[in-house]
Amino acid sequence: MAYEPILTSHIDEPGSSTLEFYLQRRRGYEGLRKALTLKPNDIIEQVKASGLRGRGGAGFPTGLKWQFVLKDTPKPKYICCNADESEPGTFKDHVLMERNPHLLIEGCAISSYAIGAKVAYIYIRGEFYHVQEILEAEIEKAYKAGYLGKNILGSGFDCDVFMHRGAGAYEAGEETALIESLEGKRAQPRIKPPFPAVAGLYQCPTAVNNVETLCNVPLIVLNGPEWFTAIGPEKNGGPKLFCVSGHVKRPGVYEASMDTTLRELIYDHAGGMLDDRPLKAIIPGGSSVPLLLPDQLDAPASFDGVQKAGSLLGSAGLIVLDDTVCMVWLAMNLLHFYRHESCGKCTPCREGTNWLFQLLGRIESGEGQSKDLDLLFGVSNNIVGKTLCAFGDAAATPVISTMNLFRAEYEAHVREGRCTLPAEWRAKHPVLVGH
Amino acid sequence: MSFHPQMEYAPAKFHKSARTLADEGPAFAYTPENQAKFDANIARYPAEERKSAVLYALYLAQGQQGYLTAAAMSHVAQQIGCTAAEVEDVVSYYSMFFTKPVGTYVLNVCRTLSCALRGAERLTEEISAALGIKPGETDSTGTFTLIEVECLGACDRAPVVMVNDDWHERLAPEQVRPFIEDVRTRGRAAFTGCHLHKETKA
Repeated sequence: MAYEPILTSHIDEPGSSTLEFYLQRRRGYEGLRKALTLKPNDIIEQVKASGLRGRGGAGFPTGLKWQFVLKDTPKPKYICCNADESEPGTFKDHVLMERNPHLLIEGCAISSYAIGAKVAYIYIRGEFYHVQEILEAEIEKAYKAGYLGKNILGSGFDCDVFMHRGAGAYEAGEETALIESLEGKRAQPRIKPPFPAVAGLYQCPTAVNNVETLCNVPLIVLNGPEWFTAIGPEKNGGPKLFCVSGHVKRPGVYEASMDTTLRELIYDHAGGMLDDRPLKAIIPGGSSVPLLLPDQLDAPASFDGVQKAGSLLGSAGLIVLDDTVCMVWLAMNLLHFYRHESCGKCTPCREGTNWLFQLLGRIESGEGQSKDLDLLFGVSNNIVGKTLCAFGDAAATPVISTMNLFRAEYEAHVREGRCTLPAEWRAKHPVLVGH
Repeated sequence: MSFHPQMEYAPAKFHKSARTLADEGPAFAYTPENQAKFDANIARYPAEERKSAVLYALYLAQGQQGYLTAAAMSHVAQQIGCTAAEVEDVVSYYSMFFTKPVGTYVLNVCRTLSCALRGAERLTEEISAALGIKPGETDSTGTFTLIEVECLGACDRAPVVMVNDDWHERLAPEQVRPFIEDVRTRGRAAFTGCHLHKETKA
């Protein structure tokens, strides 16, 4: 059965981002209209029954997250939409915000109603200025049409949605760091507990949800949780966006259910390998997850399926690697990223990412010694689990994973004093110029 | 000194912790237009949480002056009602704020994995050679600044270059010289922009 896109329906048609298009073609704001006739707690129950899992990376059940939001408090409550899409290999929220912005706006309004918030902030990364312009314009239209603001659709419910522009920090995608950044500070994570559900933005109860997660909410309210669970395998229900990039013929965002296999995503949706080269490995969920080898291609691209295969679905950013890629180079490229983006709060991560990068540079340039390989593990294991947020684990993962799967390549670098891949392959991926 | 048994601490190339203060710069105050924008933005936050507007306030200042000076940060601090040190704390953390003058066009080349797999590092080399500058530098005419940045979130259109607030996608290394000439003559019109954005407008 062919899969009909839901989140990304009609995105190729002109004017798909406008309010008129949303109302006429996508049953726009019917979910909100229905939600406002229900009790807030019923919406949370529906989202729980749907089994919607957070699309930002952790896959935590959204309904549960909302249930934890403190109810009996005189303080205001907040929804923070995480639109700080920065995980390398991930570019799905970008498409949703650009082509279907009202779905997100509607999702923000319903979620606010469900947890009792009156304000939702959409924290968008600074580099997405062109997306922000569209969202700001569409939010204004939603206000004029009465879907936001005071007494929405005559229900007595008030809700404001505001954009907040970040300024270039990967760490701001971590929920407590996002809150810090929204409060006008450095984007550094907080110690947990207390969780944002108890003391988040301005120390008030807060739910932080990814763009794609919030976009699913109006659909669940409108069509019911059974409709949602019927799409895809058990516990991994609902439409899902997959980002495929790297060595494929048609990189892009593809919507599918989560019983789709990794093979189908690469060879059907993305058109197969670039230049028909052999597949060496894939990173299935953004740069922070372990690599998978081609023998795992038939694993379903679901949270549980990818985990069973030995990795994580994360943000569903598939980076496809052909046989020309040197794994030491790959680890070094990613550690350059993590070294730059480490927020500097926890010592193991701040110092460790730099050590790992230097060690990888030494091995990559042919000056590595065999004891450096053990040192890579030693430093990595001193980062994992020893930091406030998941960044530390994420930063060590490319090293640990490539060392586990491709140790022979590391050893060859040390033994031969150079990369042993053919020179013309290496020319495609030169060593970093700028450092 | 190093607390690690086998590695020296912070070699000169990496992770310098040198504390550099921003230049004082000329006297700074928002134009009436920017002041109005600031006043409108700060209404988005609770009255006692004015600091939430600091990033927006800094963008306004940077837009007005091209980069951020100590005078500009003091003005922002005054507007927010916090100390200048708190503002500088924020400025020094986020990568999109400049404390030195930059060129008219800031070429931010994405260098993270998906772009690197499609030749981003060769792209940086080409731009470097064409402009005669290293990453982080501005050319002698003050037209271009070259910066290597981490993932821009458009991995399907690799390699991606962000030029100020615009995007230019799928820039092959061979196209660099004509592209730079094109920017010199046509300005912003030379950029592809975000493909999604363009098709939506069509």
